[in-house]
Amino acid sequence: MTMTSATPAVLDRAADVLAVDGLSVRLGGRDVLRDVGFRIGAGEFVGLIGSNGAGKTTLLKVILGLVAPTAGTVSVCGQPRAARKGLVGYVPQKIQLDPDMPVRARDLVGLGLDGHRFGLPLPGRGKRQQVDEMLRAVDAERFADERVGNLSGGEQQRVMIAHALISSPRLLLLDEPLANLDLRSAQEIIALLARVCAQRGVSVLISAHEMNPLLPVMDSVVYLAGGRAASGTTAEVVRSEVLSELYGHHVDVIRVHGRILVVAGTGDGLDIPAESGAAACSPTSGQSPAAGESVASGYPLGELGEQVGHGQSLSHEPPPEPVPGALPGAQGDPS
Amino acid sequence: MFQPFMMNAWVVATIVAVVAGVVGFFVVMRGSAFVADAVPQGAFAGAAGASLIGVSTLVGLGVFALAGALVIGWLGRRGRHDVATALTLVLMLGLGALFLSFTTQYSSEIFALLFGEILGISSSEILPIAAGAVVCIVAIMAMYRPLLLSSLAPESGAARGVKASRMELLFLLVVAVATSMTLPVVGALLIFSLMIGPPAAARSLTSSPLRAMALSVVIAVALAWVSVAASYQTNWPVGFFVGVGGAVCYAGGRGWSAWSAARRPAAAPA
Amino acid sequence: MTWLLHLLFAPGFFSSAPVRLALLTGGVAALVSGAVGAFTVLRGQSYAGHALADISVTGGSGSYLLGISPLLGFAGTGVLAAGVMDMIGIRRPRGRDLATGIVRGAGLGIAALLLYWDTTHTAAAGAAVTILFGSMFTLSPTVVPLVIACGAVALAIVVVLYRPLLLSSVSADLAAARGIRVRAVGLACLLAIALAVSLSALTVGTILSTALLVGPAAIALRITRRPGLATVTAALIGVAVTWVGIVLAYDSFTWPPQHDGWPVSFFVVALTFTGYLLAQLTGRRPDRGRGSARRAAGRPGGQSAREPAPLAAATPGTSAPAGR
Repeated sequence: MTMTSATPAVLDRAADVLAVDGLSVRLGGRDVLRDVGFRIGAGEFVGLIGSNGAGKTTLLKVILGLVAPTAGTVSVCGQPRAARKGLVGYVPQKIQLDPDMPVRARDLVGLGLDGHRFGLPLPGRGKRQQVDEMLRAVDAERFADERVGNLSGGEQQRVMIAHALISSPRLLLLDEPLANLDLRSAQEIIALLARVCAQRGVSVLISAHEMNPLLPVMDSVVYLAGGRAASGTTAEVVRSEVLSELYGHHVDVIRVHGRILVVAGTGDGLDIPAESGAAACSPTSGQSPAAGESVASGYPLGELGEQVGHGQSLSHEPPPEPVPGALPGAQGDPS
Repeated sequence: MFQPFMMNAWVVATIVAVVAGVVGFFVVMRGSAFVADAVPQGAFAGAAGASLIGVSTLVGLGVFALAGALVIGWLGRRGRHDVATALTLVLMLGLGALFLSFTTQYSSEIFALLFGEILGISSSEILPIAAGAVVCIVAIMAMYRPLLLSSLAPESGAARGVKASRMELLFLLVVAVATSMTLPVVGALLIFSLMIGPPAAARSLTSSPLRAMALSVVIAVALAWVSVAASYQTNWPVGFFVGVGGAVCYAGGRGWSAWSAARRPAAAPA
Repeated sequence: MTWLLHLLFAPGFFSSAPVRLALLTGGVAALVSGAVGAFTVLRGQSYAGHALADISVTGGSGSYLLGISPLLGFAGTGVLAAGVMDMIGIRRPRGRDLATGIVRGAGLGIAALLLYWDTTHTAAAGAAVTILFGSMFTLSPTVVPLVIACGAVALAIVVVLYRPLLLSSVSADLAAARGIRVRAVGLACLLAIALAVSLSALTVGTILSTALLVGPAAIALRITRRPGLATVTAALIGVAVTWVGIVLAYDSFTWPPQHDGWPVSFFVVALTFTGYLLAQLTGRRPDRGRGSARRAAGRPGGQSAREPAPLAAATPGTSAPAGR
């Protein structure tokens, strides 16, 4: 199949931008993904929902071609792994930037265009125009000349989106972009994403552990739990029966004022976390579920490890092992 | 101080400073301070070994610098990066100690290798230094965009085919070459100050990466010239002026940042 | 059995006074360095340790000019430098390394000057060598009380502040939330490192004291994950390595090429590095899937904690695991 850079109307509607079939990935002795399959069509906005450790990042890495599947196939616009590079854009979860780094927003966006090319960087008028246009599209013009390290989380997110989109990919992957944002910024980013990607006919696969902010714009959802996935529209997938089967134990789906809550537990005040976390909620927890925010923090604050996990959830690094008396080893081997 | 015998010193100082500014820009950007510090020190052992077996010092420097860079890269991937660097560094220094103990006259030679002896550069040494400089500068300029991308957003780079580990290795190799050729001039212990002081200052003065690199070079050259002149006048080691001067650059940069941040009105929230 | 002893220990080993002194001072230095080193590695401050060692060269060279004991010079500048580094005090690993390097550069620049004055003004021609590479066999017995005092202070810091130190190394935010003064604890740790490094600078030289600080600790942390055990193990490994190094150095007096003995610092470093290499090659990978307790905390289960990192393969610079 040949790819043209035409608008969605010209593309064959039946041609999938992303086709995942029977994907299994085994890492470090553990089955991270088991027989995952779904499709994304042109211009679709798809949410990849699952809690920490469900395998979202692994799935994204496989699509990017950075991790090889143990079984199954992944094809982007019908192309195999080798030819995939220009077709997929990627917005990582966060980038490490010091405020004193001499890199402006426009520099970072420019790197999205030619950052992979060796050779002397020759300034071109066309490039500057493209960068300006992209910055305008994501509403980042006013801080185009600011150091990226000085920008707020939401502003950095916009720059990273521009960086990924400027090379005109067909599919945009975002790894938990909303994780570090407050609710209002998250909503702005989602609206921006939906708008910009619809304009350019780019399909979006956005991973998150909370699906409520995405409800207004999602066309369909891929729900990951226990290494397996269920895909389809929200109405099809986010139902008690489907999710209970996925999790392997009973799970209730509650809809309140247009928001969705996935609850595990027997209902008598006990906290039984679903597979790994984000979907757990205790009726006595201090968090108000109606706010649509993540309810992952409903854990009893007991051991050191879990306390640290709670304290560190703001920075979104995996919590260290909660084995009392031992060294928390989550940051990699200390030697 | 512009007599013929000093011309070599000026020429070499300038070349060294330009390379330090260019390579140092990325050292600071990537936060590779420790590694860039370790490689030249390891190289010192190579120089000691080279003089032992009668081979050119530069060759010894180069071999050990490259070996050190590779070992650090390899060990760093298997375990903690800073520990790997520290131990590789110390091993090489230990070997240097061993080699030195085998020679008889070593006191002034160690001093020169460690702290620099710019006034004793002979004309025949200029060519290899210049060659090495050209290699480094060309390499950095050719890698500029992928290296920058990989330093800022490694995952995004990886998605575009720029493997972070490959860029790290290439960069370490460039650091190895840069330090081994600059080491005889400023000394193993102080080449590093020339590499990080000026870029640290430059980054405070401008927010554009290309301009920051250019400014690093300018500041490094200025620092080198001042150090050579001062060393000539006082007879004190060049390394002293470079080390202290590098700190002054850094402090100046931070002071400027703090001062201009205090003056700038608060940015509007997103 | 005696032939084995003769093989291992060259004649005169046990009766030689300098050797006994070396065993004592070297042992103390290694013990302290190993224990303090465990925390150095935990906190990702290997570079700071190395920098402090290099800066103490300044103190060493100054001590010759002033005619005071080198250990005082080492310890004095070490402590001073620790204070400066803390003052510049940046928490982000990248900024911290940069600042550390700058302080180190300035310190060494001053050292260069002082060494130059040493060679021109005083008779201490071999000052550079002694400072940089140690003088384990040429120490005078008068240094022993000072050695023990410095060692005791450093160990005291580690023992008294053990729990706050451990907690703030794991998570500064958590420690602060518990009322621990993270900054003060950090400074205390730097001071302990400075003292430990000064002690080993005396025995194996400033350039190589990092080996005693970081090596045994790194090996110990490969062997065990429990911090208390790791600290003790590190100290023991350090002492073992030093004593074996002393034995080998003594034996090497009859070896080629100079028949003057190989430097003891070389042996210590070589043994440490070999140990580290062995530990790396045979040690376990970070353990996976140990217990469902971990999964409950939402950790990406069996996959190693490099989860976010592998996408970027090798993280540039030294800011890798610690992130504090």
